[in-house]
Amino acid sequence: MLKRLLAVLAFCASPALATDEAVVLGLSQDRVAITANFDGSEILIFGAVKREAPIPDGPPLEVIVALAGPSSPVTVRRKERKLGIWVNTDSVLVDLAPSFYAVATSGPLDDILLDTEDLRYRISIERAIRSVGAAMNVRGAQDFADAVVRIREDEGLYSIREDTVAVDEQTLFRTSIEMPADLTEGEYTARIFLTRGGSVISQFETTIDVRKVGLERFLYNMSRQQPVWYGLMSLVIAIAAGWGASTAFRLLREN
Amino acid sequence: MQIYLPIAEVSVNAFLLLGLGGMVGILSGMFGVGGGFLMTPLLFFIGIPPAVAVATEANQIVASSFSGVLAHFRRKTVDLKMGTVLLIGGLTGAALGVVIFNYLKGLGQVDLLVTLCYVVFLGVVGSLMFIESLNALRKSKKGGSAPPKRRQRGWVHAMPFKMRFRTSGLYISVIPPALVGLFVGILSAIMGVGGGFIMVPAMIYLLGMPTKVVVGTSLFQIIFVTGFTTMLHATTNYTVDVVLAVLLLVGGVIGAQIGTVIGARMPAEQLRVLLAALVLVVCGKLALDLLLEPAELYSLGTGGGH
Repeated sequence: MLKRLLAVLAFCASPALATDEAVVLGLSQDRVAITANFDGSEILIFGAVKREAPIPDGPPLEVIVALAGPSSPVTVRRKERKLGIWVNTDSVLVDLAPSFYAVATSGPLDDILLDTEDLRYRISIERAIRSVGAAMNVRGAQDFADAVVRIREDEGLYSIREDTVAVDEQTLFRTSIEMPADLTEGEYTARIFLTRGGSVISQFETTIDVRKVGLERFLYNMSRQQPVWYGLMSLVIAIAAGWGASTAFRLLREN
Repeated sequence: MQIYLPIAEVSVNAFLLLGLGGMVGILSGMFGVGGGFLMTPLLFFIGIPPAVAVATEANQIVASSFSGVLAHFRRKTVDLKMGTVLLIGGLTGAALGVVIFNYLKGLGQVDLLVTLCYVVFLGVVGSLMFIESLNALRKSKKGGSAPPKRRQRGWVHAMPFKMRFRTSGLYISVIPPALVGLFVGILSAIMGVGGGFIMVPAMIYLLGMPTKVVVGTSLFQIIFVTGFTTMLHATTNYTVDVVLAVLLLVGGVIGAQIGTVIGARMPAEQLRVLLAALVLVVCGKLALDLLLEPAELYSLGTGGGH
């Protein structure tokens, strides 16, 4: 972790982004363990702005934090009425859509981030979904991408939380992002952007590992690596429970 | 109490699952149906991914049927010979059904076909049973002087390979029961159910088996067909969630015991009216979903090679 942090810090310090303000970041946790009673998690993201020179004049410093789950292709289907019933007709493959995406900002996103910068860094929810290869022969391909955002927003997987990053003295910032219980496993990427006047002046990136642990991990691995034994085990457990409960119930009634 | 399901990858309330299992278990014990045709849609409804719901349900049906069939064995209401013939057809059918299912999946219309299957079969079976059992109920209320009309000895009795089924008191060809098993096996693999709701009426009306042994025999063959389906899902799709199954069956086995007791105390005609009404309600709900404009026209699926 430390090595990775240093590596990213080194990257930030490199002249890739010509800036004299950089992020020093802290996380309340860099891993989320999914246990049997996992009920969502709250990640506290905090940090400071490191600068060699005094705070520059001009527009104030704004902070945007974007937390993204692992991306995967999504097939979006649209229903139409055919012969009186509603059936799936057109479908579009959205190349990559994150399983989870939350953006926290220190102000209204439109005010603190230019559209060109959004295009470049893919920060807003709409930009985070990639549907480059969307079939051109399907009418209204954009509607399909919008549907992904709408459905996942309804499920609480995508969210934009404006004004939830607190910035003190243009130097210290903190926010907390709630992650729902229905998390997909994988590496979650937290990106922190510093903006002034809508332009990104510094960027920092780190990962949060979301993993099943304990029994969850064991069952998941077994179902993938020894599917035959897993299937047999499931059946044996089921039958044993069925027989056990049946016997217990009968004894209970006879006494 | 929230619990995270390792294969389904969702977090749900454990008591909700126990309650669902118990409710469906009572019905399972009363009517001898696995309850899958109720449980599978209910699982979709609480947010379990359909593939996981179908596979896990097969596993859960094994358990709830097992405790049910033990109760029937003690009352000697299982026709083992008939069950075995049905089972041979059933296993062949389940394997065929999985092939058909994967073919339809490739066409991308599997959801629609599954729902249509539900509506058609639940509708036909429900209506037939409802009319039949209402007639029977009316006759028994008239003083029971009119003897129940026996099925006429038609084509079922004209076929070769006759076999004597003592427990059922039948002397018929093995071809009809094997075909019934095959057909139900195909449907159970496609629809993700045990198939009792089709098997039970088919045994009563097609094979002419006495209602008393129908429930136990149906449960007996369902155990093996759903056990086979569970293994197929576990080894090809990795969608059997054992935690989900255990929670459902803890409620389910207790419910099934209660249901068996209720079922034994209720007159067979009334039992059939109730089952018919239940089947029709589920059918109506699914038909409405197809006919009414859905609130969300778009749906998400996993992309790529599926």
